Amino acid sequence: MRNNMLKVDNINVYYGKIHAIKDVSFEVKEGEIVSLIGANGAGKSTTLKTISGLLRSKTGSIEFCGEDIGKTESYKLVSKGMAHVPEGRRIFLQMTVQENLEMGAYTSDGDIQKDLEDIYARFPRLAERKNQIAGTLSGGEQQMLAMGRAMMSHPKLLILDEPSMGLAPILVQRIFDLIKELHKSGTTILLVEQNAEMALSIADRAYVLESGRVVLTGTGKELAASDEIKKAYLGG
Amino acid sequence: MNFLSNLISGLSLGSIYALIALGYTMVYGIAKMLNFAHGDIIMVGAFASIVFINNLGLPMILGVLLSIVVCVAVGVLVEKIAYKPLRSAPPLSVLITAIGVSYFLQSLAQLIFGTNQKAFPKFIQVAPVQIGELTIKGESIVTLAVTVAIMIALTLFINKTRMGKAMRAVSEDRQAAELMGISVNRTITITFAIGSALASVAGSFYGLTYSFIGPYTGSMPGIKAFVAAVFGGIGSIPGAMIGGILLGIIENMAKAYISTELSDAIVFGVLIIVLLFKPTGLLGKKINEKV
Ligand SMILES: Nc1ncnc2c1ncn2[C@@H]1O[C@H](COP(=O)(O)OP(=O)(O)O)[C@@H](O)[C@H]1O
Ligand SMILES: [Mg+2]
Repeated sequence: MRNNMLKVDNINVYYGKIHAIKDVSFEVKEGEIVSLIGANGAGKSTTLKTISGLLRSKTGSIEFCGEDIGKTESYKLVSKGMAHVPEGRRIFLQMTVQENLEMGAYTSDGDIQKDLEDIYARFPRLAERKNQIAGTLSGGEQQMLAMGRAMMSHPKLLILDEPSMGLAPILVQRIFDLIKELHKSGTTILLVEQNAEMALSIADRAYVLESGRVVLTGTGKELAASDEIKKAYLGG
Repeated sequence: MNFLSNLISGLSLGSIYALIALGYTMVYGIAKMLNFAHGDIIMVGAFASIVFINNLGLPMILGVLLSIVVCVAVGVLVEKIAYKPLRSAPPLSVLITAIGVSYFLQSLAQLIFGTNQKAFPKFIQVAPVQIGELTIKGESIVTLAVTVAIMIALTLFINKTRMGKAMRAVSEDRQAAELMGISVNRTITITFAIGSALASVAGSFYGLTYSFIGPYTGSMPGIKAFVAAVFGGIGSIPGAMIGGILLGIIENMAKAYISTELSDAIVFGVLIIVLLFKPTGLLGKKINEKV
């Protein structure tokens, strides 16, 4: 049996009085792609932000590589091997492409020049624009930059919040290809998507969130075939 | 010739405002707060210099340099004690706290040093420079040289170094910066340290220019530097430099050619006019509020 990389146990998260996450538990094992799917407002982003320490749970625990990180400051998680590409990309729009990538390597003690070259080799568009202000990039390029920025820290666990949001179908395909490549090269992935069909097609396992609760879980295949899911998320 | 010499003393005064304005604008950009106690750091530095030089008998330059250390310590301490606990409080609470800190520092200085003005040591004495009919005060030249050097160094630091880039990242998106592994708290501490160091240097040159200091010495240059920061576009580093320098020139020209009494009114008048046409200041970007 594979080890747990991430174990979320019974978390409850509030925004003031709003109870956004209710008794959520799930785990991500080493080497898996796990997907969280659910409608807009179901609590997917809140769950991810709680994992990466931007929000706190009132109950339960979160373990990352066997260590309780429930109270760990957010910025310390990067050097522990977690990278979170937030919803809406959140690249630094006023900084250059290269500076954005350098920020991804902020805690890195490796060879940053080489890592930059690797990213540029993977994304030639970013190489062409490395001295350009990131705010001038197209949506697809910005998503590539956000992913490249996260890859600069060589994460063990890559957390992606709706990476395909707002992108043209061909770019969505590219993002999913990239996720598969990263997975193949050994990165564990926690993927949040509204594009449930795509997400389920690459996920080893998935959890379905509804109004802040996990209502369904199974392998990607099982869920993709389930009538409930088809009706609610796959348009048929 | 008179005009040129007024311009140069305006430049020198303006470069002092610019140093103070940089502290305002950096703290605003990174900690997202108006630190109204920033001006009082000038006063803290000036009194520290006096203690080091007059009471402890240290060499003047050493005393002035040590006062920078004191200012950094006070600035960082104020942030830790007064502002850090309010990191997620409404902006108005933070603003009121900052005003409270300002009064606190002024009262503390009054308690220790009394209300009388004290002479500030002439820590730099340079002969005036004569170019044809134009006479330039030696102090003005030193002030300009030092402040310009500091501004260049700061610009390089912000644009080229890892820490400087992290500061820009925090200023743009605090949460995203945190997700990069940047400690926002540490970045804010460093910002306060830099701002206080700049204020201290500015305070020394301000003391040199005006010769006397008291517990309230920091408030007027503090307010003017704040105006300069807004004028240049608060949050913008080149904006604070340009705003400060323009403010010094306008103030000096108004004193020389219009009226000494009205000079401050004219300075604030110009600000209001600029803001009417460009609400974000000369180099200000649109302020996008993030939740
Ligand atoms: N900053 C916030 N303040 C208050 N409520 C919020 C905030 N962010 C999200 N919520 C609420 O929490 C719930 C979950 O939101 P979110 O995690 O963003 O959902 P998802 O990512 O699945 O679309 C929603 O009801 C949303 O309205
Ligand atoms: Mg979301």
